[in-house]
Amino acid sequence: MARNVTNQRKIINTTAAWAVGLLIFFPILWTILTSFKTEAQAIADPPIFLGFDWTIENYKAVLERSNYGRFLWNSIIIAGGSTILGIIIAVPAAWSMAFVPSKRTKDILLWMLSTKMLPAVGVLYPIYLLCIRFGILDSKIALVFILMLINLPIIVWMLYTYFKEIPGEILEAARMDGASLKDEVLYVLTPMAIPGIASTMLLNVILAWNEAFWTLNLTAAKAAPLTAFIASYSSPEGLFYAKLSAASTMAIAPILILGWFSQKQLVSGLTFGAVK
Amino acid sequence: MATQHSRSAARLMMAPAVILLLGWMLVPLTMTVYFSFKKYLPLRGGDLGWVGFDNYVRFVTSSAFWPSVMTTLIIVGGVLAITVILGIGLAILLNQPMWGQGMVRILVIAPFFVMPTVSALVWKNMFMDPNYGLLAHLWEFFGATPVEWLSQASLTSIVIIVSWQWLPFATLILLTAIQSLDSEQLEAAEMDGAPASKRFAFITLPHLGRAITVVILIQTIFLLSIFAEIFVTTGGAFGTKTLTYLIFQRVLESQNVGLGSAGGVYAIILANIVAIFLMRIVGKNLDA
Amino acid sequence: MGQIKLNQVSKSFGDVEVIPPLDLTIEDGEFTVFVGPSGCGKSTLLRLIAGLEDITSGHIEIDGADATNVPPAKRGLAMVFQSYALYPHMSVRKNIAFPMRMAGVPADEQERRIDAAAKALNLTDYLDRRPGQLSGGQRQRVAIGRAIVREPSAFLFDEPLSNLDAALRVGMRMEISELHKKLATTMIYVTHDQVEAMTMADRIVVLRKGFIEQIGSPLELYHKPCNEFVAGFIGSPKMNLIKGTEADKHGVATIGIRPEHLDVSSTDGAWKATVGIAEHLGSDTFLHIHGVEGCDPMTARVDGELPVKHGDTIYLTPQLDKLHKFDAQGLRVD
Repeated sequence: MARNVTNQRKIINTTAAWAVGLLIFFPILWTILTSFKTEAQAIADPPIFLGFDWTIENYKAVLERSNYGRFLWNSIIIAGGSTILGIIIAVPAAWSMAFVPSKRTKDILLWMLSTKMLPAVGVLYPIYLLCIRFGILDSKIALVFILMLINLPIIVWMLYTYFKEIPGEILEAARMDGASLKDEVLYVLTPMAIPGIASTMLLNVILAWNEAFWTLNLTAAKAAPLTAFIASYSSPEGLFYAKLSAASTMAIAPILILGWFSQKQLVSGLTFGAVK
Repeated sequence: MATQHSRSAARLMMAPAVILLLGWMLVPLTMTVYFSFKKYLPLRGGDLGWVGFDNYVRFVTSSAFWPSVMTTLIIVGGVLAITVILGIGLAILLNQPMWGQGMVRILVIAPFFVMPTVSALVWKNMFMDPNYGLLAHLWEFFGATPVEWLSQASLTSIVIIVSWQWLPFATLILLTAIQSLDSEQLEAAEMDGAPASKRFAFITLPHLGRAITVVILIQTIFLLSIFAEIFVTTGGAFGTKTLTYLIFQRVLESQNVGLGSAGGVYAIILANIVAIFLMRIVGKNLDA
Repeated sequence: MGQIKLNQVSKSFGDVEVIPPLDLTIEDGEFTVFVGPSGCGKSTLLRLIAGLEDITSGHIEIDGADATNVPPAKRGLAMVFQSYALYPHMSVRKNIAFPMRMAGVPADEQERRIDAAAKALNLTDYLDRRPGQLSGGQRQRVAIGRAIVREPSAFLFDEPLSNLDAALRVGMRMEISELHKKLATTMIYVTHDQVEAMTMADRIVVLRKGFIEQIGSPLELYHKPCNEFVAGFIGSPKMNLIKGTEADKHGVATIGIRPEHLDVSSTDGAWKATVGIAEHLGSDTFLHIHGVEGCDPMTARVDGELPVKHGDTIYLTPQLDKLHKFDAQGLRVD
């Protein structure tokens, strides 16, 4: 819209958009604010917005009491591990589908996506049973593997879309320039693909971090990540608002930050390229 | 690129991903179908033999089945309606010229990155609690009696929580779609004398048609299997037991695996019906 | 050295034969242009020579040695692509150095050749920029630079000018021609633009649907097109092809007369006609003429000073010695 907009119009737009934006963001903001209140101030009537005594006691309390570090570590291992494993398996697959397409490439891609549609609850017991058989119930390795599998279609898809954008002519140029397959991958493809690989990893860390079906059902004390840690607050402990808020803030902060970086990739990643 | 050598290399590189996903799909699926034809109670005698279609019949004739279908439909339908309608409005608003657009965008997207257990708990305790929740304070401020959200208006509450989580997704996708609308089309319509309302109805909305369909299909697939939000807030009580939750209870809580597996097969069939439509759209896009 | 010989080379994609078996020899040092409408197989043919596609049958010889199964990197050919195919993450210097780096050329020799190429192509000031920061013409020159430093036995160009605007295209056309004169290396150039073919080529290969329609120098094709297709394809504006009674007078199925070989008079001539659109280019005027039987509209190229306008009645007379005759199969009759 290459048109001048009156300032008045712009002020109205800005006010409306910020009002709606803040309203939507409010629950998060409120959680963060509450995490710095004392328990008494957290449930004060009327509620206190900013005029409270800022304290980090809640964070200390949460860290001391609930072994937060172990849950965090489990989340990092599960989200990071499943993403890295997924990338290792997906890069060669996406590479060949993008650059050596065959008649079946499209069918394979669609089939891969269709596995993503499988409702988890439909296979809950078999997976539960298999985990017991292999002695990996409540283990990080089981979740790394399962989250890798449920996100693999998205990883393959995103990488495929990125690789497709690398013009085939550039790889042919490299071949004409005397590059071997190894040189081609090392000096031309990889540097060009790294941004795509990075954003794919980012989105998948987010998805794995927030996954709350398998992580709740297949873990107990040992391998439970932050999703389960927070769920444990659904007991009466949840009425300690300030501590609940501190725990929640710690659980969502890293991913909120990562997420803001990946908003662009989010759309194509989550719609399998159907919306660009 | 299309030389024999590279083609066989390609097949080899695709193999791990294909084999893993094939295993992930077939092994548990086969087991679910197998259990669904058995009377299988791990804590009360284990495998008690074949029962044919008994589990399938019992699952749909149990008193919990139809309410759970209704609950599922209400949640999915409610969330879809709210997120799509508000999403369109928000996308149009965010597409207007303004100051600090990037920042507003970030604010709007944020809920999507909050893990489901956190958003469920924060809403449940800090907003919907009848004594201390912010909404209770708000009701009191206007002189009304606070609502006991999660027991009296349990379904509405779940719909609100889930809508809050998914509104950013709908908005973001619809905003992306709006931004891809060629502004010359709108200007041409303006030259043709179409007022803003008609421009929206005849140009913007049809342009968004595909994005709306994609939002509906993808959200449906995720919404059919929402779990954590119910697990943390009501635990399936107060009429919030969805099909997914019912199956979960049959399998893990009452340990009736045969019955739960039959339910699982129903869930898989249901998801596949939605998936077929989504695949069509994605597939068409692959050709383009 | 750079003689390239195709021996019964053919190419099929699945069941579709895009290039039926053909023979072609490109002599050392020659500037050969493959020209034809889109889908005629000219780019495929170039890619077969480059080794980017497997040939379905036949043999390719480069400098007398069989190169049929030699990978592209080992054929000693350099290629300039339509999209330029520059490496976006490398500076211009690194782009140009890339083939030498792959070949293990010593660093100081690399420097020397990069500087020479940059100087020849006016790129010296841009060596440390990324391709994204360059204009279309500059990118094109980088792509050529990357090809030159390899000192290949032949250059392959795949529609290299089609992404440039008209003014730049004329300039680059001359630069490539000058480069050929200077290096005297074999060049094969693919284009759909017959003007590029006519202005640059030593020899033109006209292709249609994978078949070679005619091979010859630009003027041979202009003066003696061997069939109607070549007659219509080479020359601008297009040759007028006339069927029906006028052709019957000459005892053939079709006669052809180029717009520049029609004499126009306001008083008398062989054919009476009406002027439709008159395109005034200044030096020349192209007249689109209606009313001649068997060819409507007919185009005539007249002097720019001639006072004609829409709706005028004029008389046309073809220069009989410049008349082309074709039989019912479209083949030339002499």
